[in-house]
Amino acid sequence: MQSSTPAISIKNLSKCYKLGTIGRHTLVDEAQYWWHKIRGRDPREYFGKIGHTATEKRKAEAEREGNPEFWALRDVSFDVQPGEVIGIIGRNGAGKSTLLKLLTRITEPTSGEIVLDGRVASLLEVGTGFHPELTGRENIYMNGTILGMKKREIDGKFDEIVSFSEIEKFIDTPVKRYSSGMYVRLAFAVAAHLEPEILLVDEVLAVGDAAFQKKCVGKMGDVARQGRTVLFVSHNMAAVENLCGRAIWLEGGQVRMAGETGDVVEKYLGESQAAARCATLRERRDRQGSGRARLVDFYILDEEGRRQNRLRSGDTYRFRLVCELGAGENVLPNVSAGISLFDARGEIIWLVNSHFTHETQRLAPGLTELECRVPDFNVAEGTYWAGLALGIGTTEVIDFVANAVEIAVEGGDYFGTGSKGAPMLCKTLTRASWRTAP
Amino acid sequence: MRKTIIQSGSPWWRIDFREIWEYRDLLVLLVKRDLTAIYKQTVLGPLWFVIQPLVTTVVFTIIFGAVANIPTEGVPHFVFYMSGIVFWNYFQGVLNHGAGALAANTNVLSKVYFPRLIIPLSGVLIQFAHLALNFILFLGFYGWFFFRGSEMSPNAWLFLLPALILQCGLMGLGFGLWVSALTIQYRDLRFALPFLIQLWMYATPIVYPASLVVRPSLKLLLWSNPMTAVVEFSRYGFTGQGTADLSGLGLSWAVTLVVLLSGLFLFNKVQKTFVDTI
Repeated sequence: MQSSTPAISIKNLSKCYKLGTIGRHTLVDEAQYWWHKIRGRDPREYFGKIGHTATEKRKAEAEREGNPEFWALRDVSFDVQPGEVIGIIGRNGAGKSTLLKLLTRITEPTSGEIVLDGRVASLLEVGTGFHPELTGRENIYMNGTILGMKKREIDGKFDEIVSFSEIEKFIDTPVKRYSSGMYVRLAFAVAAHLEPEILLVDEVLAVGDAAFQKKCVGKMGDVARQGRTVLFVSHNMAAVENLCGRAIWLEGGQVRMAGETGDVVEKYLGESQAAARCATLRERRDRQGSGRARLVDFYILDEEGRRQNRLRSGDTYRFRLVCELGAGENVLPNVSAGISLFDARGEIIWLVNSHFTHETQRLAPGLTELECRVPDFNVAEGTYWAGLALGIGTTEVIDFVANAVEIAVEGGDYFGTGSKGAPMLCKTLTRASWRTAP
Repeated sequence: MRKTIIQSGSPWWRIDFREIWEYRDLLVLLVKRDLTAIYKQTVLGPLWFVIQPLVTTVVFTIIFGAVANIPTEGVPHFVFYMSGIVFWNYFQGVLNHGAGALAANTNVLSKVYFPRLIIPLSGVLIQFAHLALNFILFLGFYGWFFFRGSEMSPNAWLFLLPALILQCGLMGLGFGLWVSALTIQYRDLRFALPFLIQLWMYATPIVYPASLVVRPSLKLLLWSNPMTAVVEFSRYGFTGQGTADLSGLGLSWAVTLVVLLSGLFLFNKVQKTFVDTI
């Protein structure tokens, strides 16, 4: 590793979002804002906003608490040496996306400085600037120049890009007639041929199917082997450990820890598991139901009785629900409990309920712990949110918490063949046997 | 190796023209993309850009010429209106393109960086292609009326034409940059814009000659509209009729440059962080 000039040098980088201006997007809003101000009311009441991204949620929270500003990144400093592959990890809203936005110059820092030595390319969003009416050929040029290539460079690499994308026959067809697979292949081919000295990759934002994401990661490995610098933002700890020599853990917009990937990942996982175990389910306000009893804790045990929040397909788990009977309630004799898993799109992909098997439970005053044993966990790789429910048959919802806890499914061998199924197509796994019908 | 320094607080007046030059291939491709996309997806293709000014001219000829009988200083109605419309279309085309530069491209601009000025600049060139088409149409009608013996005397002011076209483009760019920057804060400006442009057209001597306005206060107002000089001078060059008022042209250029420069600076300031506010 060279110790000369770093490829990426970040010094005291901060990004602050001014609040109080949120929601005033029109002249009419502006007029109303001042009208409320003049009448001595708090205009913030009229301009509540629910954010969509993790950062926006934190922003909205900060605003509700009356803070005039919100620091998405605060005083972040680190260097990346040429040829180094560095992983950026952290929870949602830790500032990872903001860091990438600053590195790619999409927005400007509030203070601090970044020095980039070499050409930068990002695999944040492939196919940016694709126009459906234009042909594949025209879009290669369009996309390439948007990503910072010169026309001459694209001329030189054109054939390579086309053969990499495997769409030679359709290169003069408008891309609106492409299948989504072809579209992504072409887009990725362009990005893959940028030959940057510094490559920025955001796994979270990477679109496309599993095969494509694999291609992304593969490309990253290539780039790294050629001695270029890679900055990899990911939730996938296995990928980070495989690819990155060093990792940086961001939390609350600050560097929590930097160092050898193994150490950082271990610390990070340890802490996030601890956090997930408590799950602060007790403090959740966003519940539905009659409230005669409440779910106050949820955790998962593996066969050896160790707590887990990263599950493996095909293993056996015991899901534990801790319920607390409401004050003034005597005994609830026949309560059914349910656990559902939601995918990233918010759709239920897996559901268990004691009602199905008539295994109703009795909740005594105080705390009762319910256990649901799931042999042969048949959910494919991915990140899910568990929804937890207590009810009486189908007639009463006692307590329901959506998105109670995040559950990651990683690895495992459900089929006993090493196959992971097709997680992008179907989130559940089913074993079946095959033969030629006689 | 290329070194990029990203830091806050680079002053609002520092516009990186060298970077824009480095991205010139993108500019060219954006122009090509928009032109091919427009011409590919509509059935009438480029014909649309001929039909629009043609129909507008016919409507103006009927309403303002035949019905309202507004004088056109002896110039055939058709030529009189069309000369104004061709320039006005260029101006408002560039303005509209520039106005949407940031808001209409957020999906791209929030994912990749390139000098954002490229987008409004591409508008100047794209609209120039439409202008060329409209201009050929205009020359056709102009020639036809001319050889049929209409009273029109083209003169040396015609040499000013390239400067007028340039001015028209820069003016549209300047106002477009202003609107673009303001729409980031005030979205509803987008809805007000077509209406404002419509009003502005009637404040420009397109359906009436500038000589018709005689009250000094109104006259000053009319000539402080930078489009007035462009329309009047081009019309004068072609027909020998109208008001070729050099002080008016000077004022118009002054307004154009002030709007353009302030627009550039404002846009440059807003574009740095506009992604944060959308």
